[in-house]
Parts: sequence; C-alpha cells; structure tokens
Amino acid sequence: MATKTAELAADGAPAATAHLLLEDRVWLLRAMLLMRGLEERAMTLYRQGKVPGSFYDGYGQEAVSAGAAFAMGPKDRLCVLHRDLAAHLIRGVTPARILGQYMGRETGITRGRDGNVHFGDRTVGCVGMVSMLPDMMLVATGMAMAFKLRGERRCAMTWFGDGSTSRGDFHEAMNWAGVQKLPVVFILENNQYAYSTPLDKQFAVDPVERAAAYGFVGVTVDGNDAEAVFEAARAARERALEDGGPTLIEAVTMRMHGHAAHDDMKYVPKEQVEEWRKRDPIDRQSARLTELGVDVEAVRAEVKAEIDAATQEALAAPMPDPASAVEGVFCEGEAEVLGDGQAPWSGFRQ
Amino acid sequence: MTTVTYLQAISAALRDELRADERVLVMGEDIGVFGGAFKVTDGFVDEFGADRVMDTPLAESAIIGTAIGAAVVGMRPVCEMQFADFISCGFDQLVNVAGKMHYRQGLAVPITVRLPSGGGFSGGPFHSQNPEAWFMHAPGIKVVAPSTAEDAKGLLHAAIHDPNPVCYMEHKHLYRRVKGEVPDGVFETPFTARVARPGSDMVVITYGAMVHTALEATDDLDGASVEVLDLRSLVPLDEEAILDSVQRCSKVVIVDEANSTCAAGAQVAALIAERGFESLDGPVMRVATPDVPIPFSPPLEQAVLPSVERVREACRELLAY
Repeated sequence: MATKTAELAADGAPAATAHLLLEDRVWLLRAMLLMRGLEERAMTLYRQGKVPGSFYDGYGQEAVSAGAAFAMGPKDRLCVLHRDLAAHLIRGVTPARILGQYMGRETGITRGRDGNVHFGDRTVGCVGMVSMLPDMMLVATGMAMAFKLRGERRCAMTWFGDGSTSRGDFHEAMNWAGVQKLPVVFILENNQYAYSTPLDKQFAVDPVERAAAYGFVGVTVDGNDAEAVFEAARAARERALEDGGPTLIEAVTMRMHGHAAHDDMKYVPKEQVEEWRKRDPIDRQSARLTELGVDVEAVRAEVKAEIDAATQEALAAPMPDPASAVEGVFCEGEAEVLGDGQAPWSGFRQ
Repeated sequence: MTTVTYLQAISAALRDELRADERVLVMGEDIGVFGGAFKVTDGFVDEFGADRVMDTPLAESAIIGTAIGAAVVGMRPVCEMQFADFISCGFDQLVNVAGKMHYRQGLAVPITVRLPSGGGFSGGPFHSQNPEAWFMHAPGIKVVAPSTAEDAKGLLHAAIHDPNPVCYMEHKHLYRRVKGEVPDGVFETPFTARVARPGSDMVVITYGAMVHTALEATDDLDGASVEVLDLRSLVPLDEEAILDSVQRCSKVVIVDEANSTCAAGAQVAALIAERGFESLDGPVMRVATPDVPIPFSPPLEQAVLPSVERVREACRELLAY
C-alpha cells in the first residue's frame, strides 16, 4: 500500500475540479461562510453570557469538514468532530438549531443535554461525538462493518485530530477496518496542536504513514483547500464502495483560535499563525470564484442574513424544562434509527 | 421444556436469536471456529457463517465500539467479552459512547455485552471479577445477572430485544454446575426480581451465583423460614420486590460476590435504609468479598469469596438479634 501525497495548495488544479460544477464550488464556499459566521456569532453570544460552559470553534479549518462531507451521499453515515460544523450544515442541520444547541435551548439538537458541537442529528445520518477522542473512529468502523455485512453500497466517515492518533482507539479502529477491509473514510484533521501540544510531542512519524501499516491507503491533502479535500474524500468514498477498503486522509490545516474560548494560544508562535492566515480556506475559495465571475459578496450577504434570522429564532427558543432533566436516559419504545442526510453535490443527481 | 445447563441455555438463546433475526450477530475473541473460551458458541460458525459469528481482533474497545456503530445502523450485536474482567478495556466505549447516546441524541444503542464473570476456580485477579457495579453507576446501561438456566435464556432474549445497552453477567461457576428445565423457543424473562424461595423470618437478597450459596446456607437453618430473593436485574433494580420482601421478613442479609464497597448490595442496603426502615427488626447485614483483588491460591480465594458458611453465620447472627 502506497502512501500518496496529494499536491499541497493545488489552487484550481484540474484534479480538484473535475467533479465539481460551479454550483458545487459555490456550495462549498457557502458552507464554509456559514460555519465561520455561525461560530463567530456563537462567540459573540458566549461573550454576552448566552452560551454556557466554554466554546470551541474551527476557525481556519472550515475546508476540512466542508470538502469531506460534500462528497458523502444521503445514505452514508457521519461521525463529526467539534471543529467540523460545516459537515452538519451540509447534511441539512439548520443554523437556528445549531445556535440553539450552543445556548442549551430546547430546540438544540441535543435539547440541552450536551453542548457545543457535541451533537449529531440522527435524522440526517449523523452520530455525535464524545469528548474521548477518537472514540467515534470505532463507531464509524462499526457502521461500515454493518454496511459490508449487509452488502450495501454505503460508506461511513469520521473526523479526528492529530492528538487522537496517540490513543488506542485510533489504532484499534484502523486495524479493524484494515482487517475487515471496510468502507470507511478516516479524516485526520492535522491542525498542528492538540490543545497546547505540538506535533513533535505527539508522534515520531507522520501518522498518515500508519495507513500503510494497517493495510490501506493514506493520502495527505491541503486541508485549507475545500476542493482538494473534496476530491480526496470523493476518491476515498469511491474506493470504499468498490470494496477497496478504508482510506486515511490527512488534511493538513491550522487551528487559528485557541483550544476553546478561554485559551489565548500563547504557546503558538505568532509567525506560524500569520503564515497560515495567508492560506485561509475561505479567502482561497472566494478568490477562485471571483475569478470565475461569481458575486461572492452576494453570497456573503445571503449567509449573513441567514445567520441573523437564525440568531433571532434561537434567542426566542425556550430553555429546556428542568423537570425533563431525568428523562430519556433509556430508550423506552422502538429503537430509533438514523435517517438519510442532505447531499447537495451535483454528482448525486446523475 | 428441555433440561439444560446454564451454559447450554445461553447457547440456545443465542442460536434462537440468530435463527429468528437476521439483524443479530455475535462478535468476540475466539468465538468462531474455536467456539469461544467456554464453548458457548461451539458449532455456531458452521450454521451461521463467519460474518455473523465474528472472530474479532483482540481489542475490547473495538468490539464494543464497532458494535455501537453497527447497532445505530440497525444491527443487534451481541458482544462476548472473553472474561468479564476485560471489559475494563472497553469501558470508555460502553460508558461514554453507548450509555450516554440516548440521553444526548435520542438514539438507541441496542447492544448486548456478555460478561463471563465471577470466581471460585483459581482464575486469579484478572479472570474472576464481578464488575457489575461499575455499570450500575453509569447511566444508560442495563445490568442483568441470571442465576438459573431458565433465566439465563429468558434474560438473554430480553437483553437482545431491549433497545438499550445491556450488560449480561453470566457467572462462569454456574455454566456447568446449574441445570434446569427451560421452555423451548424464544421467551423473555422480565428485568424484575424473583423469589427463589419464599420465607417469613428473614430474607437473603442476592443475585447470580450467590443465589445458590444463599439457598444452600439457609436450606436448614435451625428451623427458620428464610426467603431468598434473586434480584436477576440490577439495572433496573426491582425496588418494590425488595421492599416487599423486607416488609414481610423484617430481617435482611445481603450477599454480594463482588467487592464490598459500592457493590450492588450496598445500593440495596441504601434503598432499605431510605424506604424500608420502619419494617426492620434488626440491622441490615452484608456479606461480600472484601476490597481485595481476587487471589489465585485456593485457600486465599476461599478466604475472601462469600462461602455457604459465612452466609450461614451472618444469618444466624441476625436471627438471634
């Protein structure tokens, strides 16, 4: 098994655009703008005391979830990480419910039972993460196992960070998926820091190399290029559906904010942040689309209006009833199942 | 009705489920061609194939985690821990992912985790534990512990049909020692307590292998009428059955094979202190394994596990109170 390295910073490279219509490329921009705008709005709400607990965002990493989730079909299933809001947006979770989630409202996806991006909307085929990273790699592997056992042409996808590569569940999932040759796509979101711990204290080899050790393909992509991430995910999904087994995609990016709202990121050299700021995924996609004649400012205005409306809706939503805090620990009736998600990529229309 | 051992009853339940429901698969270490460390799945791979009787990598976290993934997309996985002790390696997936899923996301996780538990045969510190209380303390997980062949089958059917994660504690020392008549076909034993033997002077409340220890200890106890209440289910705990026995018998001995502190029996004692106090004619007595790892050498192991003699002594002491 070879470890491939996709070209970094492949701006508008043919490989990245062969499967994307202009409308898809606008969709990617829109998803990233919505993610950033919603997280910025949530941070404002946090500072106003309306978001309890802490707040975690994915500023600068929007391309990773947008690009990868965009390649997933309605019947595919996703376990999404906390810096990957765009995946939820692409699957069809509304901005108002996401803001409701942050604010602990009854209308949030977990109805106030969990906070932040600790959610998965089961009605659109997503299972929410837990804080023990990367536990969801095993859950995604199990979904893929069921798809394969039943002979279904579907795949599972999950995201995790560079810190996750140190834990046993990362290795157990990679090994299991390799042994059973499962249709699962692992997205390693390498954002340079696990909280404050840099890569050189996390691993002695580039973790994408480990894919080969478990018997499948590992690919490195520019994690700040939504189209490059999409292309890697699309190819990985195709491989999965053709019984080619799992793929590990290492999306190299940078966490531009602290681990959470309280973290001033003093441990990150300023030059490193400035260097990565020049590679901002939204700026990059905007420049591409502007060149192609798209009115990017109009897209931005639309997104802002959507976020404003969502904010009003979320702020008007009730808090959960305290009497309900002890309810719902067990499923009392028929087991709920995951529903199918939105899959806006034009490739699914063919 | 067929007379089978406790172990055969477990096998029969699994076989019936695999035949009846294509969503069911069993997964674990060495359960396929080898038939499992205790031969519970002996011959299964020939009837159901290697996909549904799955030999897994040696990775307990992965067994639980992948079962969760399969369950949320419609399967009904039954995981075998080769020994209950090894669930410590799958604890995080069970407690944090499976146990909290429904509360957080309204998504059911119908998995059954079979946990061959208990000591009494020099299994030593890593093949003898009774870890049920770990999971009683974790919200969202049901815990059942059969003591008879009939309940072994009926509780396993009910566990597999349940839409929630269920820890099924199967006591290794009962596998071939206990036999009984078991109804044929699929039937469910409810997650409630069972009066193993009615009585009126005192009740011994226990579960699993200790039901048999309690029955033997009190079979002929100076003419006293001793009830034995078999809890069968620890989560949910049948509080009404416990309080009913306490009210009728007024004296209570609680027996755990598990380590004493925060054991299932400690929860039963707390319940009685809170809601059964007025019925008591004496202190609630507990017999349990002291808080030590289960030692290997027979005299050491016998010194810590609750024996017929220890239970009898406790009962005599309380009857004389």
